[in-house]
Amino acid sequence: MEKTIHITLKIWRQKGPQAKGAFETYQLNDISIDSSFLEMLDILNERLISEKKEPIVFDHDCREGICGMCSLYINGHPHGPDEDVTTCQLHMRKFKDGETIIVEPWRSRGFPVIKDLMVDRSAFDKIIQAGGFISVTTGGVPDANAIPISKEKADEAMDAASCIGCGACVAACKNGSAMLFVAAKVSQLALLPQGKMEASSRAKAMVAKMDELGFGNCTNTGACESECPKNVSISHIARLNREFLKAKFKD
Amino acid sequence: MTQINSKIPQGPLAQKWSNYKASQKLVNPANKRRLDIIVVGTGLAGASAAASLGELGFNVLNFCIQDSPRRAHSIAAQGGINAAKNYPNDGDSVFRLFYDTIKGGDYRAREANVYRLAEVSNSIIDQCVAQGVPFAREYGGLLDNRSFGGAQVSRTFYAKGQTGQQLLLGAYSALSRQISKGSVKLHTRYEMMDIVVIDGKARGIIARNLRTGRLERFFGHAVVIATGGYGNTFFLSTNAMGSNGSAAMQCFRKGAYFANPCYAQIHPTCIPVHGEFQSKLTLMSESLRNDGRIWVPKKKEDAEAIRAGKMKPNQIPEDERDYYLERRYPTFGNLVPRDVASRAAKERCDAGYGVGATGLAVYLDFSEVINRLGRDVVEARYGNLFQMYNKIVDEDPYETPMMIYPAMHYTMGGIWVDYECMTSIEGLFAIGEANFSDHGANRLGASALMQGLADGYFVLPYTIQNYLADEIRTPRMSTELAEFAETEGAVQSRIQKIMAVKGNRSVDSIHKQLGLIMWDFVGMSRTKESLQKALDAIIQVKHEFWTNVFIPGESEDLNVELEKALRVSDFIEIGELMARDALHREESCGGHFRLEYQTGDGEALRDDENFSYVACWKYEGDGKEPSLLKEPLIYESVHMQQRNYK
Repeated sequence: MEKTIHITLKIWRQKGPQAKGAFETYQLNDISIDSSFLEMLDILNERLISEKKEPIVFDHDCREGICGMCSLYINGHPHGPDEDVTTCQLHMRKFKDGETIIVEPWRSRGFPVIKDLMVDRSAFDKIIQAGGFISVTTGGVPDANAIPISKEKADEAMDAASCIGCGACVAACKNGSAMLFVAAKVSQLALLPQGKMEASSRAKAMVAKMDELGFGNCTNTGACESECPKNVSISHIARLNREFLKAKFKD
Repeated sequence: MTQINSKIPQGPLAQKWSNYKASQKLVNPANKRRLDIIVVGTGLAGASAAASLGELGFNVLNFCIQDSPRRAHSIAAQGGINAAKNYPNDGDSVFRLFYDTIKGGDYRAREANVYRLAEVSNSIIDQCVAQGVPFAREYGGLLDNRSFGGAQVSRTFYAKGQTGQQLLLGAYSALSRQISKGSVKLHTRYEMMDIVVIDGKARGIIARNLRTGRLERFFGHAVVIATGGYGNTFFLSTNAMGSNGSAAMQCFRKGAYFANPCYAQIHPTCIPVHGEFQSKLTLMSESLRNDGRIWVPKKKEDAEAIRAGKMKPNQIPEDERDYYLERRYPTFGNLVPRDVASRAAKERCDAGYGVGATGLAVYLDFSEVINRLGRDVVEARYGNLFQMYNKIVDEDPYETPMMIYPAMHYTMGGIWVDYECMTSIEGLFAIGEANFSDHGANRLGASALMQGLADGYFVLPYTIQNYLADEIRTPRMSTELAEFAETEGAVQSRIQKIMAVKGNRSVDSIHKQLGLIMWDFVGMSRTKESLQKALDAIIQVKHEFWTNVFIPGESEDLNVELEKALRVSDFIEIGELMARDALHREESCGGHFRLEYQTGDGEALRDDENFSYVACWKYEGDGKEPSLLKEPLIYESVHMQQRNYK
């Protein structure tokens, strides 16, 4: 039969970007362990609405772990205690009966709070706009099989490209650094012949934008990698550093 | 009666697109800078269109409801994208891709559009590779292909089980490049609320800034809708939580025809429903049917024992398993099209052979392929999907078969468009899943990505110029014009009306009620009675919504419940339209299956004589029945026949 648990939630509530936030405590009983974390929050929100209160605001969309929209700092971990999942794929079976669960927004200078648990991650878009692309326009490109790419390189590029841009790496980092996010894109494109042409300038431009937007420096703690829901490896940061140094030598 | 003009170019099928491009009007570079184009949506269609139009030199305004264009639900497409490259030398061609798509759609798509789609498919792959999309490759360094439902060739390009993600990130990178150049202005967390029509032409939109709740006005010489499908009418679907059909309904209420609303795709391989609190359904890629074998127990008592938890699937010997797709369709086997596979699963479960606690599930078994090729190979192909399944269901699909069941997935119907992707409102275009598209009554796997990108990269950037060439003398209009003010006023009063209900029901609870009606009566199999029942029930839901919904908070603030309420108010209308269309279409075709119309062995039975047309619904006013216009489907190159996958 369906197993259920009782939990206590301490959730960060904040009316707006300038407002002062605080934790609020909620008791939830008989939560099925097969429900996802966000479905548990849905249940809580239904209750709040029935009490004519404002529901808790949090970002979410695909609920399949791929859009990168969901966030949440749960019991001190971005995306919660389970490994290799986003919050939407985290299930209540990972929590114990009677447990107190603390839910906070991403906390980082680069991601200001909008409301409750929702934060502004548009800085990530700005970093990509600074150079996270290959400069090709639509049409007039060679046949897809014109440039062979070794399977090894293609697979490694794919691993880097699996970043979902959720921001867990920044939230996990004590310096609030976006290095893993930047490195994943730089590395993906630097591994492919199509992206080599702009590899150095891309690295420079994206790192400069990251600094400008108030993200911190990387001190190689590795917290980003261990909290990344998609297992993006910090070896990509090494590749970013190589590209970055190359660019600096050219200057 | 209004004539439907689909503007199909003259000439033989294979030359139509070339002929069109050779004779269409173009806009010169200096004039492009003076023309504003609004693109709503940043999925595959929207992002690729916005990027391409920006590259051409138009001034583009791009909108999305999420916090970033990269979140659009195209990102969740898993399996792959079709193209007629014929790299594997297995007999593929543009004609064959065209033919498979027409046949897969059960002869309810427009020939000329589908041919063009197949024709530009190869350019899409070239474009994506150039952008750095890391498609899967062979050891020799060339691109790998896999097979998908409804085809006998391997024409599907893929990037692990994350093809949609990689293609969208490719389009997103092209879009980001244009944003940095200033040719595209991006508005995230904005939701279109209505379209502004001036002198019969689309001239802008009213959008709600979701962060502040305030309404804002935007002018464009043309407006492009790329907002995806309306599958969330069913509440439970594989769509993202925010996916909605409101933009389509706004266009409909302004006079754009809504075509074939009843053509909805129920995807055969989704993780089964597990409880009342469930918020969405998760798809398991169709690509799994390449290697997974679908079965249920042959004996009812085994199925019962499994449902009662007394027996495990692995305890059922090989010859006690019914591989019903392989049995019924030996030629295509597990790779029959989605509508066929979904109905076959439902048939077995309804007959009492279903598994899982609810009996609403069948097995998708990988033991054979794991034995044949090894766990490593399977992991390389589907690792991320297996992991996802494991996280959700808490069972290891390497050890025990997956359980799957059909779920609402994609809508083939949508805003009616002509060959140029223009709706029946001048200057209003619709691309991607939002239009009624090229998939007829059923879409083949890996064709949604193809269509979205075809429209955005290679079709719209041409056809929109044919319209805009006549607009070069139209100056940018002020958003202070009366039409803007009136439209904004109407949106404002709709919002205030919802806020003022102050009832006792949450938006979700009403949405769930609608979803159940849709699933039960307008779902995988429909009858005259069930559809009439649906229409009656939906009227009650509508009444309930407008008299008993409760929205906390303020309208001019970030208000998630209000966002959902506005969408649900439109889902209710779409549900009604779907039921009405399904009721009128007295035949079965593709995803539209009327129990009254089936062959002796339970296949969809078309009525080409009476229903070989696109059903275009025209809005006639609030509370009034929409009127029906018909665009006849004329087949010049393919011979219509009963679909056969046996």
